[in-house]
Amino acid sequence: MSRDDIFKKIQEVLDDALGVDEDEVTPEAILTADLGAESIDFLDIVFRLEKTFDFKISQGELFPENLTENEEWVTDNKLTDAGLDMLKERMTHVDFDAFAGGERDITTIGDLITVNSLVNFVELKLAG
Amino acid sequence: MRWLWIDCIIEHEPNQRLVSIKNVSLAEDYLHDYVVNGKPIMPFSLMIEGMAQTAGILVGSIGRFKEKVILAKIAKASLDVDVTAGDTLRYDASIDRLDEAGASTTGSIDRRVAGGDAWERIGKIELLFSHIDNNLAGVEFPEHNFVFSDNFKMILETAGLANLMETEIGETTCHD
Repeated sequence: MSRDDIFKKIQEVLDDALGVDEDEVTPEAILTADLGAESIDFLDIVFRLEKTFDFKISQGELFPENLTENEEWVTDNKLTDAGLDMLKERMTHVDFDAFAGGERDITTIGDLITVNSLVNFVELKLAG
Repeated sequence: MRWLWIDCIIEHEPNQRLVSIKNVSLAEDYLHDYVVNGKPIMPFSLMIEGMAQTAGILVGSIGRFKEKVILAKIAKASLDVDVTAGDTLRYDASIDRLDEAGASTTGSIDRRVAGGDAWERIGKIELLFSHIDNNLAGVEFPEHNFVFSDNFKMILETAGLANLMETEIGETTCHD
């Protein structure tokens, strides 16, 4: 499946899950800030991606979850170096570079999840 | 107050499907608050609640009601006709997706009008449930399962499905 085909299917998934128009779903669109996704929508998106692309997604594989439960990963609401290393290893579909060089405010980490990162994720999963 | 919007479970396919019925009666107060052109109308929101209870019992039964199953999102809901006193509704819910974080369900609403025999499909509802002890935010909830209270036990017992709360699964004894 081409990257363009994956993108088109993800447009449909986000249309169904978030009630957004397909033309709002650009590669750079942030799921939370631009498309209005809330926490439960991420579970909905995971289920719809599994169904659309016929693969299984483990909890925490696509989106960062429960980070604050581990002090080694988050201190004073900032992502630590250990937390960053863990996320980079676990979530190769997300570009952490700008976040790593900034404030590392954990409350803004959701802004890293863009439509493009979903396309990256599906492409990597399909490649095995 | 008993916030029950289904009357009886009539079919159960373990881990896959649950069907319930709801008899719409003028004895219910809410119908008198929703009168359109002289006809009492059952609000669609209450049908969504009925489907949520049907699908919620199905999702809960898979984990023997140990999980706290909360309706988290109405993904899609459509209704084609008005429902009024004397009608019987049938909520037919199936599991679409299930994992440790939650479940999605698809469901249809069928109606049988007073005095009739035939069921007609009048609506569809897709729901998303969260297993809140495994919620994404890591928030902790009381150990006691406040979701599946005595009201739900009564529904299960009426349908002959009380053993769903235990380890074995039985057949429903309630019929429409």
